[in-house]
Amino acid sequence: MRAGDLVLGGLLSLRARKLRAALSALGIAIGIAAGVAVLGISASSKADLLSQLGAEANLLTVSAGQGIDGSPAPLPLTAEAMIGRIPPVESVTAIGYVPGAAVLRTDLVPAIDSGGISVLAAQPGLLRTLGGSVAHGTFISAATERYPAVVLGAVAARTLGIDRVLPGTQVYLDGRYFTVIGILRPVPLAPEIDEAALVGFPVANALLALGGHPTELYLRAFPDQVQAVASVLSFTANPAQPEGVQVSRPSSILAARAAAGTAFTGLFLALGAVAVLVGAVGIANIMVISVLERRTEIGLRRALGAARWHVGTQFLVESLLLSALGGVAGVLLGAAATFGYAIEAGQPAVLPAVAAIAGLGVAVGTGALAGAYPALKAARLAPADALRAV
Amino acid sequence: MTEVFAMNDVCKTYPGAPPVRALAAVTLKIHAAERTVVLGPSGSGKTTLLHVAGTLERPTSGSVTIGGEEVSRLSDAQLSRVRAHRLGFVFQQFHLLDHLDAVQNVALGLLYRGVRAGDRRAAAIAALDRVGLGHRLAHRPAQLSGGERQRVAIARAVAGRPDVVFADEPTGNLDSAAGAEIIGVLAGLADDGTAVVVVTHDQAVAAAMQRHVTMRDGHVVDDDGTVCS
Repeated sequence: MRAGDLVLGGLLSLRARKLRAALSALGIAIGIAAGVAVLGISASSKADLLSQLGAEANLLTVSAGQGIDGSPAPLPLTAEAMIGRIPPVESVTAIGYVPGAAVLRTDLVPAIDSGGISVLAAQPGLLRTLGGSVAHGTFISAATERYPAVVLGAVAARTLGIDRVLPGTQVYLDGRYFTVIGILRPVPLAPEIDEAALVGFPVANALLALGGHPTELYLRAFPDQVQAVASVLSFTANPAQPEGVQVSRPSSILAARAAAGTAFTGLFLALGAVAVLVGAVGIANIMVISVLERRTEIGLRRALGAARWHVGTQFLVESLLLSALGGVAGVLLGAAATFGYAIEAGQPAVLPAVAAIAGLGVAVGTGALAGAYPALKAARLAPADALRAV
Repeated sequence: MTEVFAMNDVCKTYPGAPPVRALAAVTLKIHAAERTVVLGPSGSGKTTLLHVAGTLERPTSGSVTIGGEEVSRLSDAQLSRVRAHRLGFVFQQFHLLDHLDAVQNVALGLLYRGVRAGDRRAAAIAALDRVGLGHRLAHRPAQLSGGERQRVAIARAVAGRPDVVFADEPTGNLDSAAGAEIIGVLAGLADDGTAVVVVTHDQAVAAAMQRHVTMRDGHVVDDDGTVCS
């Protein structure tokens, strides 16, 4: 008896009971689909994150903190220029937080309904350093930074109900109207920009009493020098009070967020494993019933010259085919879910080969385990006893 | 004449309280092309005789020789090989697989001999021709009459040209016309040199066979096979 005969015989036998075969393979399919989808979606998210991090890992931020005595330690006016002189720094840009300034749609809105939008003074080079871009309109330029013009972050614009830049669109900012000249796309590495209204430093100094002090600096260093630059930043930014300077690397925050996001992967995989286990019990159950129902077939095959191992192998192969069928369906379903999710989330779709291979492997292994006992039971049946059962 | 099969002093006892002695010191020799019928009332040990002779059950004592080979001490795999190559079986309930057509059912008879699929199919078609079913090759059991089903089963038993065909009440589930058809087919097998052993109650079958063995309570009480024994 050849392997081809075994597989063909198994397929013919399953085809004779199509609905039963499909239902018993379904349990395995659901479990494998869950596992493959979880691995695929988490790999897709990871690929998306890596592509972001790849571009953003050399971004550093320097912000004003507190001195040893707990008093505020504003960054000196020279901080930006000093940092710009560190050789491996590609670019640096400053923002200044304007405390107490509310941004409202009109002067009729009570100041308390500011929606949490903060006012930041920004430089024309901000977007280049952050890797951000403008969704509508333009950013602050050397020409507009001296005038009451404002650029809204993505969240701030949504909060204010402004989705496009029309001539004459204005917001009421700290007691006077500013003209909206642009709306930004979300900046993943600096979410604080998304919730801010940005104005030029000169106008912030003149109209909003900023005083010229930056509160935060964004800078890009050469990728292989990021650590070295980070280690000298606090002394360079504020030589008088280096302890009052906070240096951070936003990409590490993203990485931490990603790690938190994958914390559920294990849980979902475990749920998938439970589904596979339930599917295995289903297959074992169906195979045991099948052995009972097909006693006379077993007797007949023994009479035709099948040895014990022929009969056992036949039932094992049927179980393996059922679970492999479920495994293939599960991998396809899982892949479809992964691609669907990735397209929906705007991520690159990644299906790790190991997920597909492991899915099939787990399915076939499960089939082997589930089929072992029924196969043994079938093989042990004495031919004369089997033939007597009607 | 060539002896194809022999039972010497075979006993078969089933455990229980009290133990049931189904065969008591049965000695029987069957030769090529011999047509034998085993008669006897229910419980006389006919089916047990057929099972033990067909290596489907092992005797409690005594020896069974098939084609000159003592089979009592063979392993399961070796016994299976003997069944696949030397023996054919026909049952009262036909035992055809419903999801296979006539050719596939007959080809199953050669599956465990290691014959290639193409050769199995060719032999199956030839065997179906031999039992007069050349026009019903692609029909499934549900599409065949009782007599036709039993002919498919006979074709399956003889597709590999075995030395002996054992038939257990082959006409038990058939009306008399279909039964007569089957008797004709079984008797015809001997013309090709195959020994036929039929266990039955059916007197019509008995009439078509040359040798009559009668059993009662596990003993062979009558055997008119003087020519061949």
